[in-house]
Amino acid sequence: MALIRQTSPHTLGQNQTNNIMRLVMMALVPALAVQVGFFGWGALINLIWCSLVALGSEALVLILRKRPLAFYLKDGSALVTAWLLAMAIPPGSPWWLSLMGVSFAIVFGKQLYGGMGQNPFNPAMLAYVLLLISFPLEMTSWFAPQGAGLEITGFTDSLQAIFADHAIDGWTMATPLDVVRENKSLTIAELWLEKPQLSGMTGTGWFWINLAFLAGGLFLLKQKVISWHAPVGMLAGLGIMSLLFWNGTGSESHGSPIFHLFSGAAMMGAFFIVTDPVSGATSNKGRLLFGLGVGVITYIIRAWGGYPDGVAFATLLMNMAAPAIDYWTQPRTYGHRKPKRGMAKSE
Amino acid sequence: MAEFQPREITVQGLWKNNPALVQLLGLCPLLGVSSSVVNALGLGLATIAVLVCSNLLVSLFRNYVPDTIRLPVFVMIIASLTTCVELVMQAYTYELYKILGIFIPLIVTNCIILGRADAFASRNAPVPAVLDGLMMGLGFAGVLILLGALRELVGQGTLMTNMDFLLGPVAANWKIIVIPDYKMFLFAILPPGAFVFMGLLIAVKNIADNKMEQVRLANREKPSKGIKRVRITG
Repeated sequence: MALIRQTSPHTLGQNQTNNIMRLVMMALVPALAVQVGFFGWGALINLIWCSLVALGSEALVLILRKRPLAFYLKDGSALVTAWLLAMAIPPGSPWWLSLMGVSFAIVFGKQLYGGMGQNPFNPAMLAYVLLLISFPLEMTSWFAPQGAGLEITGFTDSLQAIFADHAIDGWTMATPLDVVRENKSLTIAELWLEKPQLSGMTGTGWFWINLAFLAGGLFLLKQKVISWHAPVGMLAGLGIMSLLFWNGTGSESHGSPIFHLFSGAAMMGAFFIVTDPVSGATSNKGRLLFGLGVGVITYIIRAWGGYPDGVAFATLLMNMAAPAIDYWTQPRTYGHRKPKRGMAKSE
Repeated sequence: MAEFQPREITVQGLWKNNPALVQLLGLCPLLGVSSSVVNALGLGLATIAVLVCSNLLVSLFRNYVPDTIRLPVFVMIIASLTTCVELVMQAYTYELYKILGIFIPLIVTNCIILGRADAFASRNAPVPAVLDGLMMGLGFAGVLILLGALRELVGQGTLMTNMDFLLGPVAANWKIIVIPDYKMFLFAILPPGAFVFMGLLIAVKNIADNKMEQVRLANREKPSKGIKRVRITG
């Protein structure tokens, strides 16, 4: 009888990289649909363009590194990176912006560190930060959401904005986070009346986009692709900080906890970014701490920093702290005592 | 004392033991001021001047300095030379002096200079020491200028902007606009960009080294191809 001689893991099926990546992409679909609904076809065009660039640059590096092409391209990790970045940058970004971002994420953020599973930083967030500090103007030119006047609707309009470098000033509007951050004179109630991009409890469109990310995240949780620790940590960090520093409804207000939890990249960060198994912490307690750190730093950057949203910066900072968190939160091995570390006296 | 080998010293300084690409010394000024060609050239020249003079002085004093206090003495020598260079730059290239700012006095702490003083100049005669200082300085300045050119090109789409800060009015219109209507790529001008470009340069050097090694091996193998080794048994 021929026995299969194989090292562990011996599980079959389910737990493979491409399955997980497929589930993550499925979970991103609702948010993508909502983005298309509010910002026009640009979001979809952007996504397709980013995917092509990601596969292209991944293939290029794999050829240079003499690695099997089909095996790595099929695992879908490059696609997930591209999708996350595409949904993080403004839907009408010019083609060269996404080209630069995605190829940087794949080549510098992932492959130069050794490829899949070796990257210390989240590639999508690394590229997002690169683009944000290099091209602040393009990166903050979000289309006005549907229902706020000035909207961009046609497919060809979006296509032109992305590939023909058409001026997009007429269609863009500051994001809700930006409006609240820049506000110095109006009370929150006045601000909500005055600015068309603010409505309900949060921004027009942004509430639904965040809700869609939340739905996708809950689906991933149900499928056991991610554990609850990191998202709960991040949302708790962001929620507690915004509750503590809410500062009422006057002109000095930083916005309510609900506003912060459902604006910008909050939900996307909580369920799709801090849950990255490679660049985040590994143990459950560590994930909780990691998420908490991201949430707290995100709020600090939003409230007192120089940029409207801080999820990307916060993620990179906590990525740097992840090895230390892992070291300090290593769970006790069954049957062993907890190891003494660092400055603790040895017996 | 080692024999004077000018060829070996040159190769070591410029390529094999290049202070910037191989020893990775003096990274702070290397990454801090390499945002344009003129900055890089200015600091490169200043570093060469200090390195050559300090190697000369250290080599001259090497037999009078007790081993235990040699490092403080070297630092004193380097610091006074750096002060001289700083004053000269303040007098003749004031704009550049203002741009480079803290990085000129920081030449004192540049590890290359103290490193060469201790590792080479304090053990060799003045002539090899000066040559070593010059070659190490050129190796460092070369990388600095290359990095400056790359970052200026990618960051602003130009080359040799503001060369008149260093070379006077002659160089006022040396600016080359390589890519017209270029959108600034701020990342290349900011410090993180310097790390990325530095890494790329090191990678290119390693590739070149590997290629040269292969060529060398291939050349060496050829003549021995026909000779069969005789196996002796018994």
